[in-house]
Amino acid sequence: MFRFRFAKFASLASFGLMLAPLPALAAPDAETAFIFNSLSFLVHGFIVMLMAAGFCMLEVGLVRSKNATVQSTKNIGLYSIAGLMYWLCGYNLMYMDVSGYIGTLMPWSPADASITEAGYTGDGTDYAASSDWFFQMVFVAAAASIVSGAVAERVKLTTFLVFSGILTGIIYPIQGSWTWGGGWLSEMGFSDFAGSTIVHSVGGWAALTGAIIIGARKGKYTADGGIRPMPGSNLPLATIGTFVLWFGWFGFNGGSQLAMGSAADVAAIANIFVNTNIAAAAGVVVAIFATQILYGKIDLTMALNGALGGLVAITAEPLAPTPLLAAFIGGVGALLVVITVPLLDKFRIDDVVGAIPVHLVAGIWGTLAVCISGGASFGVQLTGIIAIGVFVSVTSAVVWYVLKAIMGLRPSEEDEVSGLDLSECGLESYPDFTRQS
Amino acid sequence: MMKYIIAIVQPGRMEDIQRALSEIGISGMTVSEVQGYGRQKGKTEIYRGAEYTIDFMPKIKVELAVESKLAAKVTDAIKDVCNTGRIGDGKIFTLDLSEAMRIRTGEVGQAAL
Repeated sequence: MFRFRFAKFASLASFGLMLAPLPALAAPDAETAFIFNSLSFLVHGFIVMLMAAGFCMLEVGLVRSKNATVQSTKNIGLYSIAGLMYWLCGYNLMYMDVSGYIGTLMPWSPADASITEAGYTGDGTDYAASSDWFFQMVFVAAAASIVSGAVAERVKLTTFLVFSGILTGIIYPIQGSWTWGGGWLSEMGFSDFAGSTIVHSVGGWAALTGAIIIGARKGKYTADGGIRPMPGSNLPLATIGTFVLWFGWFGFNGGSQLAMGSAADVAAIANIFVNTNIAAAAGVVVAIFATQILYGKIDLTMALNGALGGLVAITAEPLAPTPLLAAFIGGVGALLVVITVPLLDKFRIDDVVGAIPVHLVAGIWGTLAVCISGGASFGVQLTGIIAIGVFVSVTSAVVWYVLKAIMGLRPSEEDEVSGLDLSECGLESYPDFTRQS
Repeated sequence: MMKYIIAIVQPGRMEDIQRALSEIGISGMTVSEVQGYGRQKGKTEIYRGAEYTIDFMPKIKVELAVESKLAAKVTDAIKDVCNTGRIGDGKIFTLDLSEAMRIRTGEVGQAAL
């Protein structure tokens, strides 16, 4: 116990030394670095956790009120399932003794070689083992929630939750092991700082296969080729959700520095925050201009998607770009989103919230844009994008088809029209609007 | 010689009705969201362990004023679109309409329709 208190005092003292105007700064000792690295994972991690709330608000706001309960249930359900699956098998499948293509199938345990009863040993990693698990876990949850928005309003709740379990426990960890787990893609030099491909496009591919296999909402596309918009029920909620996601992204990208134990690390995190914000802001502004020019009016939902598209795009490399390059990357991401949203409708792929343009298309762009700041070669980035794309699409499609055979993907037509809240949950979100209390 | 037609039907039928009526030359109608029940029983739901019954189901009410000779065509068109063979399809009422006026011009009678 005494050693812990002494250690805390020592690290505070050395922190104070770093602030004092000395001509030469002492590098922090290993335990101080350990503390700050772990702190980075934990704080950035719980900031990312709030993205679960952000996704929930965004999706609920963009679906019709008769489906708001189910959408909320999907979000809290998938976040929880992701957290459990990643403990039960996901983390070790992604990180433990990765053979090149896959890790080890067993539950994760919080055993940490760095801390014994005697105190800090310096024998383990230079961060608390549990802090890394926690940080990686919230990323998995983000990937799963991408699917939830795209297939909203016509997928069965239970089926979706089962899919989320398989995505977070098996599909995501295996492709994640290829890069972050030290597998074959990382050996090739594939560069994806915080997950434009590994998190966002993975969610995007799973969402795309889901949207195609499940089919569109009833009445969305008419027999004569027409498109019927189904406006969201709560745009202010969707806007607040986007702000919360934007906030969460500082944790998402900042924490992906994976260290905060030196001045260089902290300066890097600061630059990451700056680039992340600029990319999102550029995304909003480009979307505003683009919709004003294309449609004669500024479309709020596109502005929201534009912010997220910019954020996804910068996620592959938020550190190296100059602010100007970050703005360019974010802006192009948003432009791709604005173009892709109506394009999906042309192909009669019903994506309720724009998850596929934002996470898949902008994710691919962001991964390729790493080449602009010289972080990787185009060929390697493309290899990674295609390999992960094929893997996730094929495995997701298989899972969707198996679930279709076992459980069914869609509710009955009658249930879909009357609203999933009543048929799946027996619970309306806004009961006072239509009947006396 | 005008009729006022009120149809109470399942929600989600609005656009189908609109299309069917425009095919027979009707160019206007009024729609409101209402609740109702008839033979279609309500649902029993459970909220946090307690059961409750919802009797009133959401419906939509379509109202339009037409010339008498079109009235039968209109009710047939609505019936064809809304008939699913299940309890809860709804009802159509036809009332005699004594007068109608277009506010902008002051026209009355069939010219107002």
